[in-house]
Amino acid sequence: MSVSLLHAQSITKSFAGARALGGVSFDLRAGEVHAIVGENGAGKSTLIRILSGAESPDSGSLAVRGQPIPALTPPLAHALGIATIYQQPSLFPHLSIAENIAIARERGSLWRRVRWSERRQQAREVLARLGVALDPDRLVGTLTMPEQQVVEIAKALATDARIVIMDEPTASLSGREVERLLAIVARLREEGAGIVYISHRLDEVFRVADRITVLRDGEAVATRAAAQIDRGELIRLMVGRDLAVVYPQRSGGAGRVALEVRGLSSRASGLHDVSFDVRRGEILGLAGLVGSGRTELAETIFGLRAADAGSTRIDGVEVRIRRPDEAMAHGIGYVPEDRRQHGVVLPMTIAANATLASLDRVARRGVVDAAAEQRAGERAVRELGIRTRSVDAPVESLSGGNQQKVALARWLAIDPSILILDEPTQGVDVGAKGEIHAIVNRLADRGTAVVLISSELPEVLALSDRVAVMREGTIAGVLPRGEATADRVMEMALRDPRRGAQP
Amino acid sequence: MTSAHGRERSVALALAALAAVLAVVRPAYFSPENLVDLLLSNLGVMTTAIGTTLVILTGEIDISVGSVFAICSVVAGVAAVHGAPMPIVALAACAAGAALGLLNGVLVASAGIPSIVVTLAAMIALRDALRWATQGEWIAGLPDRFQWLGLSQRSYPVAATLAVALLACAAAWMLRYSAAGRAVYAVGSNADAARLAGVRTARVKGAVFVAGGLLTGFGALLNAVRFHQIPSNGGIGLEMKVVAAVVVGGAAVTGGRGTIAGTALGVALLGAIGPALTFMGVSAYWERALQGAIILAAVAGDAMRAARTSARAAAEPAAQV
Repeated sequence: MSVSLLHAQSITKSFAGARALGGVSFDLRAGEVHAIVGENGAGKSTLIRILSGAESPDSGSLAVRGQPIPALTPPLAHALGIATIYQQPSLFPHLSIAENIAIARERGSLWRRVRWSERRQQAREVLARLGVALDPDRLVGTLTMPEQQVVEIAKALATDARIVIMDEPTASLSGREVERLLAIVARLREEGAGIVYISHRLDEVFRVADRITVLRDGEAVATRAAAQIDRGELIRLMVGRDLAVVYPQRSGGAGRVALEVRGLSSRASGLHDVSFDVRRGEILGLAGLVGSGRTELAETIFGLRAADAGSTRIDGVEVRIRRPDEAMAHGIGYVPEDRRQHGVVLPMTIAANATLASLDRVARRGVVDAAAEQRAGERAVRELGIRTRSVDAPVESLSGGNQQKVALARWLAIDPSILILDEPTQGVDVGAKGEIHAIVNRLADRGTAVVLISSELPEVLALSDRVAVMREGTIAGVLPRGEATADRVMEMALRDPRRGAQP
Repeated sequence: MTSAHGRERSVALALAALAAVLAVVRPAYFSPENLVDLLLSNLGVMTTAIGTTLVILTGEIDISVGSVFAICSVVAGVAAVHGAPMPIVALAACAAGAALGLLNGVLVASAGIPSIVVTLAAMIALRDALRWATQGEWIAGLPDRFQWLGLSQRSYPVAATLAVALLACAAAWMLRYSAAGRAVYAVGSNADAARLAGVRTARVKGAVFVAGGLLTGFGALLNAVRFHQIPSNGGIGLEMKVVAAVVVGGAAVTGGRGTIAGTALGVALLGAIGPALTFMGVSAYWERALQGAIILAAVAGDAMRAARTSARAAAEPAAQV
């Protein structure tokens, strides 16, 4: 039995009367990776915020290395060697990498002298440990998301933390960066640190975790050794029910070509000579690595980015789309990747969000008919199974999966003939994921041509009638359902040996 | 860092271009009398702008500086008329500014009211309070030792300029090389992250408002000693002058980016342009229009640079598997 680094006993926490945690106990030993899994809204984030001192619990106790800690604050957590890597990088965009790393580790009087050369040196050392070549003087705001995530991890390493809490550290990473991160996690464990690892990606969890704690509805329903539980049982514990078919099958049967893209190129967006088509009632999966141009392609088709060359045909007729409203007029809907920023308007109600793309249907002479809006909202809630108390609730009060359903509802209201979904289940819990899959299938059955972009290969393979694989801004190949296997898709996505630049 | 220095460079270039044009068409602009006059009338603005830079760096704003400036001028004058020695007069002006800054700071940092609302209220209320207290009367009968802080008319500009330069250097050094200064940037760049990193954000915000008030008080004093009377309605429009100079100097109104050097260049450019127009015989009405154009040009330059950077980030394939 190794040392208990961090022990939480019967933690409860409520927000405005809503219970987030109802008596959760959790412990972390030295030299282990302890994963926390659960659906969105199960209380993972709240638990992490309490373990890192960002929130204080209503009741319950915390102990670090056996010492009771009555009031944990972020600075105290730091002093105790707890470092937290938040899901959204908590970095300073206007400050340099070196300074971002230094702020996490330096302590002392507010009037102390800042030594820039020391800061740069430290940053260089930590970045070297991570095996990345980033200039410590670069402003964090100029970095890509994956690079920022690396800085976030460097911050935690620089503090020599013995307790590292990682909240969805791979959410914005993919492939090689995930591998590198998992290697870092393994190394930290070997060095005797304890790691709390939160992720929706169960494959990762099974790869790194020694123990897994499942949270459901604010309670810890089980803590198991990772070796003694399989994926199916873990999902059952998370959702509290059997998910009979995680990926529902669909009868299929595609109609005529709805969208045909030929030779689409754009230097600014890094696309060249992209050609593909989607039929009515068909789901075309768009697989590929992050950065292969999937989102750029979707945005170009939807008129958010300009194309230099190429043609787009809808139902056989050549069209020119320069703005999103023109795309919508041609029956194209687009659910963007970052739903919180682009997909939904967080402070607005469900009903208002659901009708945002179809205001002409609920408004008369420019005035929105509140009753019609209400009815449309209620229909969306009913048809998509959005879990909410009322259609008048602001979308920000919903869990991630339900927010995504609202983003979908907006497009379903205009009944698009072509719907492009960009990472529709990213950051969505297992239960809502299944429901979103069912909605996508239902849409295709109704005759919509669906383009599905997803980094989750099993999802693409299970839902798509055909899989188009993108690589470096172009379509590397298209595989029909029977031939689309994980191996073949990855092989196509990776074939170019020139890849391998440092991030 | 490079992008911030880019702005400083372009403002410096604009200033140099203005100087070059003036040197050719209106060499009289560079007469010692005019330069000293220009300098003296902008020392108060610069001192206030140092404080406003601090406030804007944290992502807040203070538009009450004009009213605070008026009050501090009157406080200094009243103290002097009542026979207080000059150090006490100076202290009174600074203390009055700091106290009003504290009031703003507490309302913003502790009560969490948006600073634009707090300082707008302060701007209006303080000005009318002063009008009521003075009944619109100007402070006259100032003792001789008040004039030029008791220095000679020749030595005062040198001493005052040195004092402001020293203040600016101290502020710049602090912002760059003290943890407190870096905390100011951190709070403005990402307040949540700053809090998680153990920075007491409310305290930092409160402190910059106090510093801003104190510097406004000192600026008011430097301005008041130039005249025989002190108006009860001084500092009108100062807040706009100061915010404009800070923004032209490259600070982001959303916080986290900006330097004292940039602010100094902004004050110099906006301060030099008005008299330059007069020298060139252009109607004074164009002064404000030109200042507005400079502000727009500065901010538009930023927006274009940001667009370029994000386009470049999008074009770089995020190398990964």
